[in-house]
Amino acid sequence: MFYREAGQFKTSYQSDSQIFPIRQDRIALAALLVLAAVIVPLFATPYLLSAILIPFLIFALAALGLNILTGYAGQLSLGTAAFMAVGAYASFNFIARVPGIPMLLAFVLGGLCAALVGIVFGLPSLRVRGFYLAASTLATQFFVVWCLTKIPYLTNYSASGVVTVQRMQIFGYQFNTPASKYLLVLAVVAFLALLAKNMIRSNVGRSWMAIRDMDMAAEVIGFRPLPTKLMAFAVSSFYCGVAGALYAFAYLGTVEPEAYNLDLSFRILFMIIIGGVGSVLGSFLGAAFIVLLPVMLNMFGHFLGLPTSFASNLELMVFGALIIFFLIVEPHGLARLWQVGKEKLRLWPFPH
Amino acid sequence: MSFFFEVLIGGLLSGVMYALVAIGFVLIYKASGVFNFAQGAMVFFAALTCVGMVDKFHVPMWIAIPATIVVMIALGLAIEKVVLRPLVNQPEITLFMATIGLAFFIEGLAQLVWGSQVHKLDLPIEDVPIPWLMDNFNILVSKFDMTAAGICAVLVIALALMFSKTKVGRALRAVADDHQAALAVGIPLQRIWAIVWSVAGLVALVAGLLWGARNGVQFALTFLALKALPVLILGGFTSVPGAIVGGLIIGASEKLAEVYIGPMVGGGIEGWFPYVLALLFLLVRPEGLFGEKIIRRI
Repeated sequence: MFYREAGQFKTSYQSDSQIFPIRQDRIALAALLVLAAVIVPLFATPYLLSAILIPFLIFALAALGLNILTGYAGQLSLGTAAFMAVGAYASFNFIARVPGIPMLLAFVLGGLCAALVGIVFGLPSLRVRGFYLAASTLATQFFVVWCLTKIPYLTNYSASGVVTVQRMQIFGYQFNTPASKYLLVLAVVAFLALLAKNMIRSNVGRSWMAIRDMDMAAEVIGFRPLPTKLMAFAVSSFYCGVAGALYAFAYLGTVEPEAYNLDLSFRILFMIIIGGVGSVLGSFLGAAFIVLLPVMLNMFGHFLGLPTSFASNLELMVFGALIIFFLIVEPHGLARLWQVGKEKLRLWPFPH
Repeated sequence: MSFFFEVLIGGLLSGVMYALVAIGFVLIYKASGVFNFAQGAMVFFAALTCVGMVDKFHVPMWIAIPATIVVMIALGLAIEKVVLRPLVNQPEITLFMATIGLAFFIEGLAQLVWGSQVHKLDLPIEDVPIPWLMDNFNILVSKFDMTAAGICAVLVIALALMFSKTKVGRALRAVADDHQAALAVGIPLQRIWAIVWSVAGLVALVAGLLWGARNGVQFALTFLALKALPVLILGGFTSVPGAIVGGLIIGASEKLAEVYIGPMVGGGIEGWFPYVLALLFLLVRPEGLFGEKIIRRI
């Protein structure tokens, strides 16, 4: 009943091919954006903003990047954190070495550097697939982190390898309060998410999905596998790179190569499994879930008076069990649950 | 020159240990098409259970080891029942991701039960150079490493015999070739899987004890899974000999690279060199040294 589209007629091609064809979706999204951009910064505490909402948005962006590669193009990657690291350190270096470079341009350039690295390490994907590719993306992970620790130029000759990132500043405005950082991250993430949603509907996205579903068949009907796969690697790495830059600048403040370890890659992989592989919405839902779960478990452990080591091991177990649970019960993740809910709401209160 | 041989032999011996972990992967992949990322966690779990029993309950080693074998078999059965059975017929990637979840679960469980501190593990083998090699060739080779390699060799031969000579081995190979055909001729798929996971658990225990005696039983053991990956790429996912040859190549080249190339680029290249080596190899021969050539049809 709430979700009935009766009476919404499409009378032009334009209205037929818009991103959100159903009016309720458009209204809900607009309401959500207003809530996120106006109400939340007004009322949220600094803790909520800087410890939960900012990481949530950043992880959602990284998950979106991985989702493009794994969910839409079907190339499993375990090197997400490496691409994030490239983005972060490249942005840092651009700002440190190019005087007067605009902040956002540095982020974009950082993302482009990550895209380049992604293309290089995506090259084997033409010859190898599946697990072999997963293993080869691990090479990215170890190699990039090693480069960052061993090449002093990249960390601007800081003795410990730990880098304090520059203040964020756009047109003289300093982003130094949690609320302003949050708004900046929100703007970037919302823009890139919309872009991704559009890209997936376009020719590019269709070619990714064709390669994912059956690469040989896609090749036969005229999709060229190498450019398509490399494009997926490039776009995915770009997203991860920007997410990495935001992670460094808006969340951590200081970065070290170890912040982008294999564990982070796995966490982002978990986000897309739990949220939904091959879904933009799923990236957000998964990120929210993975960011909130440790907080919840911590509170739960604190409430019961459990020691912290117990809680952290419990967290590992819960993560693992949840992954298995989701893969068995709902392989399409939380996004699929939302879809089912939508179908139900469309028919409610009558079952058919 | 004797230094070169020392490094080479040291590398080959650690390669044998990598091969041991890799064989655990191969066993499961061969028999069920599951790429078991949790193998490293199983190695950790097995070693920690064994040491934990000795440390916590002061059980002698010769009781702790059989007890751990029982635990590993129970674990294998549980994994088969809880994780694999509901995921039959899912794509391989789904199964792979499930084993990542499994790895996390097992790591958490092991530390929850036995605590997360480093345990010392004493096996009754001395870690001293073999005098004969020392005297005649002036090469330092640890007795412990040599014994470990010997144990690995025995294990590999036993596994090879099991695969080729016994009824269970024949069933395993049948399941590996084609699940459905094996089911059709009356091979109980689930029982075969349970056997395979139990055997993989045993191999994990051997690997865990040997590695644990060398470096202490600690969380770092789980990273063995990551060390075994390039070995598998090089050797092919479906071949036990491939795992051994791959292990030897990776072990030797990794140590040689660290010693001879490492100083030029700042050291620490052991972490990624095997991967890059394996990657370059993949570009030439995507199925690995001994892997089956996959012919795909639409």
